[in-house]
Amino acid sequence: MSSGILVFCEHENGVFKKTAHELLAKASALVGDVGGEVSAVVIGGPTGAELGGFGAARVYSVQGDAFSQHNTGAWVSALAAVVGQADPAVLLGAASSAGRDLFPRLSARLSAGMASEVTDLSVDGGQLVATRPIYAGKAFTQVRITSSLGLYTVRPNSFTVPDSNGAVADEVAVAVEVGAGAERARVVEVMESNTDTVDLTEADRIVSGGRSLKSSDGFDDVIVPLARSLGATPGASRAAVDAGYVPHSWQVGQTGKVVNPSVYIACGISGAIQHLAGMRTSKVIVAINKDPDAPIFQHATYGIVDDLFEVCPVLAKAFENALS
Amino acid sequence: INESQTGIVTEEIKWEVNPYDEFALEAALQLKEQGKATEVIVFSMGGGDVDARIKDGLARGADTAVRLDDDAFVGSDSLGVARVLAAAAAKAEVGLLLCGKQAVDNDCAQVPGMTAEFLGWPQAVDISHLELDGETITAHRDVGGGKKFSLQASLPAVLSCDKGMNTPRFASLKGIMMAKRKPITVWGAADLGLDASKVGAAGAVVQESQFAPPPQRPAGRIIEGESVSQKVDELVRLLREEAKVL
Ligand SMILES: Cc1cc2nc3c(=O)[nH]c(=O)nc-3n(C[C@H](O)[C@H](O)[C@H](O)COP(=O)(O)OP(=O)(O)OC[C@H]3O[C@@H](n4cnc5c(N)ncnc54)[C@H](O)[C@@H]3O)c2cc1C
Ligand SMILES: Nc1ncnc2c1ncn2[C@@H]1O[C@H](COP(=O)(O)O)[C@@H](O)[C@H]1O
Repeated sequence: MSSGILVFCEHENGVFKKTAHELLAKASALVGDVGGEVSAVVIGGPTGAELGGFGAARVYSVQGDAFSQHNTGAWVSALAAVVGQADPAVLLGAASSAGRDLFPRLSARLSAGMASEVTDLSVDGGQLVATRPIYAGKAFTQVRITSSLGLYTVRPNSFTVPDSNGAVADEVAVAVEVGAGAERARVVEVMESNTDTVDLTEADRIVSGGRSLKSSDGFDDVIVPLARSLGATPGASRAAVDAGYVPHSWQVGQTGKVVNPSVYIACGISGAIQHLAGMRTSKVIVAINKDPDAPIFQHATYGIVDDLFEVCPVLAKAFENALS
Repeated sequence: INESQTGIVTEEIKWEVNPYDEFALEAALQLKEQGKATEVIVFSMGGGDVDARIKDGLARGADTAVRLDDDAFVGSDSLGVARVLAAAAAKAEVGLLLCGKQAVDNDCAQVPGMTAEFLGWPQAVDISHLELDGETITAHRDVGGGKKFSLQASLPAVLSCDKGMNTPRFASLKGIMMAKRKPITVWGAADLGLDASKVGAAGAVVQESQFAPPPQRPAGRIIEGESVSQKVDELVRLLREEAKVL
């Protein structure tokens, strides 16, 4: 019978992403009630021994040329092969761009039910219960999966990450045959621009600016330096994107990115419902706005009523001092 | 949310086409205008009440439409929807299936990838740019962290469309008149050769329960101070000592 929790661990530039540690730690906390053990699957990239420190007893590793770069067909085959070998009851992954691509296809291949963009996991009577937002976060629902395997993609930063306990996991190499189909869709180029920042959807700290920045220079001179001082990723409201100050990939909200950082700093953003839809689950929200009646203050943990052009540079200095 | 918290009250809702599906339809119409597609077909799985939305697609320029409707389909989870869509795409012998990146009610983002797998076709999801050259699709996908993938896929394929790929047109008056005469075909489980136990509530393996509003955020506070630097100092202190996020 299927048992245990398998975690798809993503990595970038040879190091595991924070989501890998986050999901393993959560899996470890849940596995006692689910039954079985926690294992990890790694495709391409680094050795997974260190994942033992976050609770993985075993790491299934799929390596080879076909797996060195993201490829939907090859990676789905890899995950399916590892699921076949590990026979878990639960497969967890991040609701990242890779998770969005791979998990639905894997779900269909294995006839396993799937819950996406999960923000909390608990166990009820031995069964996993996933909490997930619907209607862009205006409501939440609980999902139970009745197939013998359930797939879940979890929003980054939903759970805390403990320090490694130093344990080392057993590594199991899994050989995977890639069907000819994998060539029918492939990445031909990775186009990069300012890749020194973390993906918004995975970022732990975000500094966003609105229409009030008045120009792309406003973002360059005020938002980007403040973000840098905090090690944060810059974001924006739709009004700023529509005005052409920053690209759409920066947009937070209902028609942009849904983010889940521990700190979200909104500078000159009014707090429209569509913007809130993208950031309301942030642990701490800071609003800087000169209008004391701006709706954003109703959702902010801390608010400063003042001119952002005066506050942000001083705040950037203060963060630099505090974090140095 | 209904009183027993077991579902969403849909009686008063004004139904609209999913905005991401509008990008998909627009992309299809543009491919036809470029002479790269011969026919644009709208598929919608739902009851007779979806006809008004289907007509909107026909009015914008789609040639034909199929409503996927059967008592056996009611209560489908994403896998069930994908089984039906895949069977319909295969029966209609489409060369390219364009979807939205996600439905804006359930926010699942599952059906396109599942449908691609059931069809055995390649996929590109969340795409914001599309070109078709012969049998080869070039698509761009924002993968975050300042990176975009340029993907190539061969037809037949399934794509899911994000914002930014086009600006959907409105229906013209002429289009609306013409749509009135365009028929909507209805296909059920038997037409699609589908096993009724694999779709609808009978085949569903994902159960939703307990609907609730989002948790209330505790009341926030405005930081007072004589000067900008006083306010900033207090904010940094709170972030460090109270919120413990620095
Ligand atoms: C279907 C739909 C989808 C949408 N999707 C999104 C989405 O994904 N994301 C999104 O953000 N929006 C979205 N919107 C738009 C949303 O409704 C708002 O229009 C938008 O968020 C407003 O952006 P803003 O806060 O930058 O601008 P405004 O609402 O104009 O607010 C500017 C704020 O800046 C303050 N301000 C001005 N100057 C200063 C200064 N010097 N110092 C301090 N404060 C200052 C003002 O007091 C004001 O509160 C959507 C709308 C629709 C209809
Ligand atoms: N009932 C349906 N009828 C037609 N297309 C659908 C249906 N459900 C989902 N889709 C397609 O799949 C996309 C993603 O939906 P979802 O996976 O539910 O978020 C939508 O944008 C549609 O293009």
